[in-house]
Formats: sequence, C-alpha cells, structure tokens
Amino acid sequence: MNNTFKKIFIKSFVLLFFLAGCVGQSGRNAETVTIWHWMSDRDDAFNELAKRYTEETGVNVKFDLYAPSEIYSQRVKGAIQTNTLPDIFGVLGENQDFASFIQSGYVADLTEALNAPMDGATWKEAFFEKALAVNEFKEGNPHGVKPGIYGLPLDVSTIRMIYNKNLYAKAGLDPNAPPKTWEEFMEHSRILKAKGLPGFVSGFGEIWMLDALASNWAMNLMGPEKVFATYEGKVPYTDRDWIKIFALFKEMADEGVLVDGTVTMVNKAAEQTFANERATYAFNGSWCVNVYKGMNPDLDYAAFLPPLISKARPMKIWGGAGSSFVIHEASPRKEAAIAFLKWLTSDAQQVYLAESTLNLPANKNAVKEISPILSQFAGNMDHVVHPNVYPVHEKPEVREAFDKGIQSILIGEKTPEELAAEVQKVKGKALKR
Amino acid sequence: MMADSTDINYEKLKKRTTSFFIHVFLILVSLSCLFPLWWAFASSLKTQQTVFKDLSFFPQTPHWENYYLAWTKADFGRYFLNSLFYTVAVVVGVLFIASMAAYAFSRLKFKGRNILFLICISTMMIPIPGSFIALYVLLNKLHLIDTRLGYILPQINGGLPLGIFLLKTFFDDLPKELEDSARIDGCGRFRVYWHIALPLARPALAVLAIFVILAVWNEYLLAMLVLSDKGLMPLQRGLMVFQGAHITQYPLLMAGIVITVLPVLVIYLMLQKHIIKGITAGAVKG
Amino acid sequence: MDFQKVRNEVGNYVFILPAVVLFFIFSLYPFFKVFQLSVTDWNGINPQMNYVGLANFKDLLTDNPVFWLSMRNALNITVLALTLQNLLALFLAFLCDRDIRGGNIYRVIFYLPPVLSGIVVGLIWNWIYDGNYGLLNHFLEFIGLGDLTRAWLADANTALLAVAVIHMWKGFGWGFVILLAGLQSIPRELYEAARVDGANSWVVFKKITCPLMIPVFILVSILTILGTMQIFDIIISTTGGGPGYHTEVPITRILQTMIGASKFGYACAMGVVFGFVLLAISMVQIRVSKMMRQV
Repeated sequence: MNNTFKKIFIKSFVLLFFLAGCVGQSGRNAETVTIWHWMSDRDDAFNELAKRYTEETGVNVKFDLYAPSEIYSQRVKGAIQTNTLPDIFGVLGENQDFASFIQSGYVADLTEALNAPMDGATWKEAFFEKALAVNEFKEGNPHGVKPGIYGLPLDVSTIRMIYNKNLYAKAGLDPNAPPKTWEEFMEHSRILKAKGLPGFVSGFGEIWMLDALASNWAMNLMGPEKVFATYEGKVPYTDRDWIKIFALFKEMADEGVLVDGTVTMVNKAAEQTFANERATYAFNGSWCVNVYKGMNPDLDYAAFLPPLISKARPMKIWGGAGSSFVIHEASPRKEAAIAFLKWLTSDAQQVYLAESTLNLPANKNAVKEISPILSQFAGNMDHVVHPNVYPVHEKPEVREAFDKGIQSILIGEKTPEELAAEVQKVKGKALKR
Repeated sequence: MMADSTDINYEKLKKRTTSFFIHVFLILVSLSCLFPLWWAFASSLKTQQTVFKDLSFFPQTPHWENYYLAWTKADFGRYFLNSLFYTVAVVVGVLFIASMAAYAFSRLKFKGRNILFLICISTMMIPIPGSFIALYVLLNKLHLIDTRLGYILPQINGGLPLGIFLLKTFFDDLPKELEDSARIDGCGRFRVYWHIALPLARPALAVLAIFVILAVWNEYLLAMLVLSDKGLMPLQRGLMVFQGAHITQYPLLMAGIVITVLPVLVIYLMLQKHIIKGITAGAVKG
Repeated sequence: MDFQKVRNEVGNYVFILPAVVLFFIFSLYPFFKVFQLSVTDWNGINPQMNYVGLANFKDLLTDNPVFWLSMRNALNITVLALTLQNLLALFLAFLCDRDIRGGNIYRVIFYLPPVLSGIVVGLIWNWIYDGNYGLLNHFLEFIGLGDLTRAWLADANTALLAVAVIHMWKGFGWGFVILLAGLQSIPRELYEAARVDGANSWVVFKKITCPLMIPVFILVSILTILGTMQIFDIIISTTGGGPGYHTEVPITRILQTMIGASKFGYACAMGVVFGFVLLAISMVQIRVSKMMRQV
C-alpha cells in the first residue's frame, strides 16, 4: 500500500527540526531606540534614515513596521497590557484615545523639550503651528489632560475641494473660477450635467469624509459656538441650521450632482474616478496630489475651498498633522528617543522624507520647492482647523448616526427632518451616559 | 417510457446535448473564476497610469520588469523560505494533531467524548474581537513574542477545529471492517490509526492540507502581531510595501500577488490528485 | 475496577491530548478574557477598568437596533449562501465527480476565487458594479435591459445582494472541494449495483448519493454558516457597511465599537452574544439535517 502521507509526515518532521535549529533569537541591544509604526509606504525611508543616524551618532535605531493600522493598534494595546511599549510609537484613533494614553501615563510630555533652545531657535519653531496644535492639549481641554504638547508631527495634510479644469473648459465654464458659494456650485453642477459631464465624487463610503464636509459647512453656517453648543447638548440637532445642513445633501442628491455610487465609495475608488476624469469635483486630502500624479500626470486640476453656505463667516477646512510620533513615558531611553526625533524632524531629514515618501513635511523650512498644486493644499494654513483642537467633541455614536444618516439622505431614504430627529434621539441617549 | 430505447441516434443526441450544455455551464463558471486572475496578471504588466485606463486584454507594451521590481522591492527572497517553513510546520501540525483527535472522536470510546467534540467545534464560533490583544498578552507570558514558535502554535490551534470536524466527518463514513481485522491481527490502536485509517482518509487529509496551506500562506495579521524581526516575517509582509495608507502601487502589487499565488496553485494541483476514488481500491489492496 | 480497561481508556485520551493541550492554552485563555472584559467598560487603553455587571448585555439586547439589523443582514447573506452557493458547489462537484472531459482543469479553476487575494476581489467587483463604467451595466445595456442599470453597491435595494454575490462567488470553491472529496469517497460499487437494477440518475442521487452525503452536507453547511455570518473584509473593501446601514454585519459593528468608538468591553459583549447566536444557528442546522436524514 502506498504510504505517501506517512513519508510526507516523516520528511516534514525532519525538515522541521532542521529548520527549527536555525532559529536564532536575535539579540537585542539594550541601547537600541525602538520605534513602532504603521506607515508601510515609509518603511524603507525610515530604515534608511535609521542607518544614517547610526552612522552619524553611533546610536542604534530600529524601526518596526506593523501594518495595516488596525493590527498596529492591537499590537500597541497588547503592549500596554504587557508593559512592552517601545521607546517611540504613534497613537492612532480619536482625540479621546490620545487623552486616555496620556492620562494612563504612557506618553511623555514634550513641551519642555520643544521649548528648549536649539541652534538659536527652539525645536518648536521648526514646525507648522497647526501641525503641532493637533498634538497639544490646552488649558481646560475637555478630557482634563495636563496642558502640554505630547506628539511630534511628521507631515501635514489638509482636506479640500478640487476641480478638473479641463472638464470645466469643456462645459464652457471659466477654468480659473471655481465656485465660491453654494449657489454657484449648484449652478456650475447643473451646467456640467446639462453638457453630459460628470459631477462630484468623494470617498463617502468612508464616513469620515462625509463628516469632514458636513462639519465644514456646519461651522460656516452657524459658527463654532453653536456647533460646540450642539456637542454639549445645549442645541438640538433638530435646530433649523442643522436641518439646513442635511438639506444641502438632499439638494445634491435631488439634482444628481454626485457621481453614481459615490455614497458607498471607498476613498481609493473615488481617487481613481477623479484621476481618470470621470468626475469634475472631488473632496479629498492633500495626499491625493501624489495619487493623481501617479495615475494621471496630465490631469489639470486645482484646489478650492468648499463652497460657502453663508458669507457671514470664512470657510474653515480640516487639516493638521498627518501622522505623529510620541515617546513612551516610562522608556529608559527617553533622552536618546528625544534626540533622535529632533534629528528626524530637522530640515535635512524632513526634506529626505518629503521627497522619498511624497508627503508634505511638518517642518516649515523643508517646504521649499513643492509643486504649485501641493502648495495650494499646504500654502494657506490660516483656513485650517482640526477637530482635535475643538474644545468639545461629539460622541462617536452620535457622529456615526449623523454620517450614516447623510448617506441615507443621499440615497433618498430619509428626509433632513427625519434624520435630525433620529440623530437627536441618539444624542439624547449618549447624554444620559 | 415514451422514447424508443432502440432509437440509438436519439439517445446519442440527447447525451450530446446534455454534455454540450454542461460544458457551456462549466466554461461560464470557469470564465468568471479566471477573469480576476487574468485581470491581476494583465494589470501586473501595466503602469500605474494605465492600470485603470488601458482595459485591453493584454497590454500592448507589457512591463515584464514589474516582476523583477516586485520581487526585489518586496524582498520576497528573504520571506519565501520563512513562509515555506511556517506552512510546512503548521500543515504537519494540524494534519497530525487533528487526525489523531478526529480518529479518537470517531472511533475510540472515552468519557466526555461528545462534550469535548462540541467544545472543540464551538471554538470556531466565537469570533473573539479582543482575542488578538489577549493572544499578545498570552504569548508574552510564554516568552513567545517574536519567535517562530509563537507564530506557528496559534495557527495550528486555529486550524484544529476545522480539521477535527472535517476529518471526523470522513472517518465516520469509512468502513470499519478493515480496522477490525487489523485489530484481530494484534495491531495496537496507534498502528491501526497510522497504517489503516490515515491512508484511507487520504482525500480528506488532502482537502484539509489544501485549506490549511492557503490559510497559512496568506496569513499576515498574526505575523504582524507576533513578529517584529524582519528575518522571521512571512511572504505577505512583502506585499505591504506596495500598499501605503494613500498610495497603492497597483502594477507592482498585482505582480506580487501573482508571484505569491502561484505556489499555492501548484501545491493545490499536486494535492487535488489525492481527492480521488481511492477508497475502495485502496481498501482491497491494503 | 478493571485495570486493563482503565489503561485502555487512558490510551484513548492520548489521541486527543495534543489537541486538548493546545486548546487549553490558545483558545481558552482568550475566551476567558473576552468574557471577563464583556462585563467591564474598558476602553482598550486605560489600565483601569470598571465592572459594570450585565449593563453591556442589557443595552445590547434592548437598545442597539443597529446591531440586530446587522445580524439580520448577515443572516440574509447566509440564507443565500446556504442555498445558492452550496447548490452551485454541489452541482459543480457532481459534474466533476463524473468522468467529464477536462474535469481536472475545472477542479483547479473553481478553486481560484478562494485563492485570490481580497484586494483583487475588491478591485474587480468595484469595477463590475460601478454605476457609470461598470461591466454589469454595460452588459445589461447590451442585452437591452438598460433600465436596470444602477450603481449596484450604492443602491439600497441591491447593495446587500451585490455583496452577497461577491461572497458566494468567492466562497463556492471551498464547498466544491469538500463536496467533491465526499462524492469521491462513495464506493463506485454502490452506483454500479444501482445501475444494474435500472435506476436512473435522479433515483441514484436520491437513494444513494444523498443519504451517504448527509454528514458532508452538515459539515459544509456549518462551515458556510460560520464563514458567512462572520463576513466583513468584502464589505470593508466595497461598501464600508453603507449606504446607511444596509450592508452592516456583526463583525463590522464589533470592529466599529472596538476601534471606532473605543468601547472595548462593549465590543466583547457583542462578540459573546454573536457567538451564542452562531452556536444556536449551527445547532438548529444540525438538527434539521439529521431530521432530513430520517425522512
């Protein structure tokens, strides 16, 4: 009788023991600064920089990649439980998670290091103010975190509207005059539609994109005070202004402004659509410049601010640090870690990172020769605000009901009034907790 | 019966027609299965600019160098042996441990047999969301973080419920007569299992091996949780470099995927030969 | 007591010992941990966690309609998978079990979808279902059904079905391989004897194949239930659970609660409840199959 399986078994065991013998535990240098990160596309650049740093200073630095970000977060949480956090890592998630990390004593306060004089200036001055702000907890912040700056930004990003100039010209519209107000936006959209040209696309399937756009408009229409009052529970979502925000999305749906399928599109699919000129407008982050450059270098487009709902206030958009590193409070190599991050965020390294990873650097001095379109995204940071710096935050479950509800409006399942009532109900429950 | 059984032409025609429709159906299903693989292959020969634009069946100027680039950029050479080792280790572990347990659950009598089997199967059912963090804590306690063993053991354990369930189903259906006669000849439990039951269960073992190989070969989440040393990482780690948070290098990623899929297909091709009508023939010979 | 008998029984335990040891180490501990966390308000970060009793479960059972909606969505996909996907798998396995020309080639081809990476599957099906440039819409227009065209993944009426089709397409290969192995295990002599008795194909299928295949059917349907109820990667790469909540499934809800909302304890409670639902469905499935065998 043939005993193939038996043979395979035995052979495999032999192989197994042979190979297992080769397993050597890599000895870990006690003085090595270890960094955990999730940015798979920057891993090569990080490793190169680590090598250079060792050559320059003799200090060993080791970057460990754990991607995708979901698994990275799990590993960090596992490390918290087992007291095995590395010297440097990044905190992903909402502002409240960051606060929780700090309050549990896992993240070092870097304020002092940032303010310490360095080559005549302070470390702090090298960064875009708005990029640092994301990692800062101010006096009286809603989480009760001790005021200070707790993270160091590596890059900045902003989320804006963009439009395809080529398609604009085709529609007979002025390719250098994107819509400034909601009325203009709708009028241009109607013209595009009449000419059979595509409309507006965005990664609304990833609901944070919807959240960003709706939040931009809400801030513009009712001003931050009223928005924050809503978050605090003092103004209900059934307020006229909120219904008006919801109604904007209904109007877009009714007029067929959106590209078919936008409501469930993941952002990468939306980017494909815009890059291949199947959409005239998009709402996307500054990283898209590189995505489009890769897919369609001839794409002729420009950025603009989301159309104003109210002329009473300026339009503010989301922006700030793209990704940041923090230092482990209990790390025995804290000083070495700070020294390395100082080096990593200094001009030369930031330029290298920006060039090799195609991100906007967080270091002001490193932004010298960037493309005009990229500078449109980075250039004017005055309009930029990040939800992390808000004095109040909406509860995640309310935000979800809000964003998912807008999806329902976009597919014509709910009216703005119905949604407002529904979100308010979820809000009521969240307030009771 | 309406049809005249002597009408050979009619019978033949009927058979031919049935066969024709069966093949049309099979080919249609096959096309739907082949299409994505072709698409991945064709895309792997395009550039980032043409990948979603050029929808031709085969790109006019195929960029074969993408395969070289993918192989070197993803550092596949380094990860390939690791993956091979993990796959062999987990497959051998699962086949051996699951077949022993399944044989016991199917043939041997002991207290708590049914309840143990039920508990084993129900581990497949609770999709423990927090289990990754718990697993990390556990492996850390056992000093298995960043070791090969720490990556292999949880995967063996993960394959066991399916393996035991699958093999028990097939053991239950096997004729018992052969084992009985072997036992009368004085064979011990283990020899009966090893010499009689295992060879008879060959198709089921092949099926299990096919499933486990695919699972281990494509695994990367656990690797990212358990391992940090690049020298220990499996093949899928290589594909990570093509998928940034914002930019995906589609042609290189597709080339990488084609490279990683091929070994699985070859192994499947070899193993599926064991899914054959060998039972009765083998029994007679054995 | 009979010493020989005790020895015998101990010897039997040796067979399951390795499995039990691994199980106790790697399954029981995480299990225990999840149960333990399900009665806390842990946020996944803070070392401090408060015991909240059954509050998470109470809220889940009485005040979380979205979770139960997601359960219903997963059940709908599961019903489709149990019927359509498994019938397709069975039919294909049946055809390949006969000595059909090119049978070996088909066997390999049908296993391609399970082998293919989820990334490719997501990209391909996003393209097929696209509202403006999708292959499906082109095809419908081509055969004169232009009225039916739509963005399939964004339409409330079709999104769940569209996702279910992807899942079934990706999954039928598994069932096919198991069912084929099952069919091949049936001794040929039985078929030949039946043929000699003049039974036609349908009778052979009903009287010989089906009864012998019942355990394999149970196996495949349990695996289908477990695999389909726990679907999520296809959803994340196509609809993200939308539009609205139309394609939300339990795992996406659990992940959202755990990672999005940082309610780790609550997510664990969801996992426990979901686990019990799966257990219950599987038990019902086994009962029904066993009853069918008696019929």
